[in-house]
Amino acid sequence: MTPEVADSFSASAAAYVHIPFCSAICPYCDFAVVAGQDELAERYVDAVVTEIRMAEPWRPLEAIYFGGGTPSHVDPVLLARILEALSDRHGIADGAEISLEANPEDFGAERAGLLHRIGFNRVSFGSQSFDQSVLSYLGRRHEPSQIDSAVGSARDGGFENVSLDLIYGSPGESNELWAATVSRALALKPDHLSCYALTVEAGTPLGRAVRDGAVAPDPDIQADRYEHVESAVPFERYEVSNWSLPGQECRYNLTIWAQGEYEAFGNGAHGFRDGRRYRNHRRLEAYLEHVESGALPRAGEDALAGWDLEQDRLFVGLRRVVGVFHGPGTRALLESPAGLRLIEAGVVESQAERLRVTRPLMTDAVHRSVMSLDAPNVMGESHA
Amino acid sequence: MTDQSRIRNFSIIAHIDHGKSTLADRLLERTGAVTEREMREQLLDTMDLERERGITIKAQTVRLEHKASDGQEYVLNLIDTPGHVDFSYEVSRSLAACEGALLLVDAAQGVQAQTLANSYLAVDAGLEVIPAVNKIDLPAADPERAAAELVSILGGEPDHVVRMSAKTGDGVDAMLEELVQLVPAPEGDPDAPLRALVFDSYFDAFRGVVCYVRVVDGYLDTGELLRFMATNETQDANEIGFLTPKVEPVARLGPGEVGYLITGVKEIDRIKVGDTVTAAREPASEPLPGYAEPKPMVFSGLFPTDGDDYEKLREALEKLRLNDASLLWEPETSKALGFGFRVGFLGLLHMEIVRERLEREYDLDLVATAPSVAYRVVMPDDSEVEIKSPQDLPEPTDRKSISEPYVKAMILTPSEFVGPIMELATSRRAIVGNMNYLSPERVELDFEIPLAEIVFDFFDLLKSKTKGYASLDYEPTGYREADLVKVDILLHGQPVDAFSAIVHRDNAQDYGSKMTGRLRGLIPRQLFDVPIQAAIGGRIISRETVRATRKDVTAKCYGGDISRKKKLLQRQKEGKKRMKMVGSVEVPQEAFVAALKVDDDT
Repeated sequence: MTPEVADSFSASAAAYVHIPFCSAICPYCDFAVVAGQDELAERYVDAVVTEIRMAEPWRPLEAIYFGGGTPSHVDPVLLARILEALSDRHGIADGAEISLEANPEDFGAERAGLLHRIGFNRVSFGSQSFDQSVLSYLGRRHEPSQIDSAVGSARDGGFENVSLDLIYGSPGESNELWAATVSRALALKPDHLSCYALTVEAGTPLGRAVRDGAVAPDPDIQADRYEHVESAVPFERYEVSNWSLPGQECRYNLTIWAQGEYEAFGNGAHGFRDGRRYRNHRRLEAYLEHVESGALPRAGEDALAGWDLEQDRLFVGLRRVVGVFHGPGTRALLESPAGLRLIEAGVVESQAERLRVTRPLMTDAVHRSVMSLDAPNVMGESHA
Repeated sequence: MTDQSRIRNFSIIAHIDHGKSTLADRLLERTGAVTEREMREQLLDTMDLERERGITIKAQTVRLEHKASDGQEYVLNLIDTPGHVDFSYEVSRSLAACEGALLLVDAAQGVQAQTLANSYLAVDAGLEVIPAVNKIDLPAADPERAAAELVSILGGEPDHVVRMSAKTGDGVDAMLEELVQLVPAPEGDPDAPLRALVFDSYFDAFRGVVCYVRVVDGYLDTGELLRFMATNETQDANEIGFLTPKVEPVARLGPGEVGYLITGVKEIDRIKVGDTVTAAREPASEPLPGYAEPKPMVFSGLFPTDGDDYEKLREALEKLRLNDASLLWEPETSKALGFGFRVGFLGLLHMEIVRERLEREYDLDLVATAPSVAYRVVMPDDSEVEIKSPQDLPEPTDRKSISEPYVKAMILTPSEFVGPIMELATSRRAIVGNMNYLSPERVELDFEIPLAEIVFDFFDLLKSKTKGYASLDYEPTGYREADLVKVDILLHGQPVDAFSAIVHRDNAQDYGSKMTGRLRGLIPRQLFDVPIQAAIGGRIISRETVRATRKDVTAKCYGGDISRKKKLLQRQKEGKKRMKMVGSVEVPQEAFVAALKVDDDT
């Protein structure tokens, strides 16, 4: 993917829809999720539709992403109502990417076909591993073989872009198990692959267990696993954790990383529109109460301008392989002692037009340096 | 004025908590110097004063009137001593103002090394030492054992040792009687020119410097023009008087008398403890013996954690110096720690107390470098220079020899620990001297040992090897040449001055591997591999590596995480501000503190 194409997504209009419902909650998950409250799904979708109608009219959406939670866990008819509402409010551009996250165990042939007919054209499976013991550790409820059949159903149902999510570095996983997972994933010929290091978040069951002495993932081992992906996967990496066939990158995410704008609907959803990063109430009840009483369900927002906006551009953009074009932020970074150290250590590389992160596993170190830069005088004045 | 025959000047030698203050209070009460009601106020005042004057732990002095069994009124001047070896010069000046000393020992704990050292000082100064066992009212008291220990130090008969309880007052009268009977009266020459010993001084915000003086010969009169013989200052005696303990001005002090003297001097270092005051008009030809400049023994770099506090640190040091002329410093610049001061201390306790006061009373956050001693270096041209900081040590090719200060260390220990202590002492280059059994259970050991060894970790090791039962005291004995080298610690090839140390060649390897090992655990992983090396000159003697961080990334970062993640990084960036840059290596402030902390992990 060329830098020009990647940056062109900054002009895109996208939307995120959060579906919090799950059959059970995975021990490592810290998203806004609920389990055992499926009876609320219809009421929730009503609220999302109401929230969509509250949005300022916009241009047609070029990418829509249903995340969760588990969008595949709810009745596709409900998802269709949301797409319809988006179409009514903003319109959906021709050839728009419409993605959903799905669990393999939910994705039978019939449901796959239905979802495709509704309008979804990209599916991202929470496959995580092809090893049963790792799946059990992660609290996943599918078997490795169900991933194979889910991918088959997706293809049969008409999905032209199929992505697999994998998680590496669980305690107990060996190099060999991970290599086997990667090759079984590749054998399914996905268009897209996301590989994530298992991350221990405070406040999750896994976080509590680690705090109380359970084995934590080893960052050096995770680095080894990552390097294996880099060498074994014949795809092009375009972001820290994402690989794809050419042209099959996730356009919704490309929009975010290009600092493009996206609306967000549902509890705990985050959006960026008209220069404001906003977030909705995370608790399901709070979200429902706000929307049902006619209020916007916002929990907060940050207006971005001047230097904040520039730091934000680097923050999202530097996760991409193409990096960012030079601007006040990259110049300030390169003039700072921290920036010089990043160059010296081979973490970033400055080219004529752009700044790129060359050791993707060190991206947070770059981000910390970016966030610690003081505004250059010229920019500081503009929003003082 | 009191006739010399009815003056008794004495001090009390006691280990901490052996009851000196209680006894002083009891004496004030017994002799009617203060009423019981005033007593409480007096105690409070004393505490305020102590807090204000702090560690210099100045000698307090008080004039007591006492009617002895012979029916005569006596003046007893109690001259308190600082008590700790760090202040042994001050102790010796206080003792020089006395003819006798009361050696007070806790009946339950027996003799401690500190008491022993000070009683030797008193004996050497020609004082009559009166042994007394205090706290005989305690359930754990063993007066017979304590008395036997005292006799084995001072000679005499166990039966003659006073048994008393300063708390209950039991035996106090007998003790006073002993004082009057045994302590010689002063024998100054009333007709000779004035000679008075300045045995202490303190700074009063309103009155300036207040000196405590003991008149030896002649008379000290209010309004007289005085000459301080060591400094050659001339000053008027604006006010003189007794401390009862209230300030009580008088017109003159005669031979043998003790009191205070106020001149117009406002700066504490213009009046030297140990100096002799004489009359400017008719000066004495010879000063009293024993004057010396205060000499720091232990040096440490003090650096503010926050570089902006440098001025605040300087002001705090200056304030402390108002009352502590022995506190000396010079600015020091460290590549690792920035701007600070090389501060000289009389000893380890002095250092600890000053550091604590700076941090507590002046609200400073400090990094202190490992304490060192003053080395004498003979240069190629045979000139001698004194080195107080490892940074200043000339290269081996630019020096002929180095010598280091030695001390005579005295250790009192339960006899079961003699073996481990001997082992420790020999491993620290000590030359073992005498072993003296005070009783079958308690031994006095003494040996000569480099002060640097004591300063480094000897004391902590001694405590841990003897379960805290051994006590240590020491006094300087002079310099000896030694095979010393400077060990540098290099981070990523850059020497970190704060970690350099001068050590004996035989200990260099140990120091080097200990420091590199410790630092490896303290320095967080960086963007690149960080070698940590210990080196003597260009020769690497130890090496460790902090491996580069391989993974420092948020695995998942999509639209939902941006604001939260940015805020998290903002917070982490705040944390990074506590890092010191050493070359291109980020070192947490705590690493300096922890690496320099002396502990017993050897």
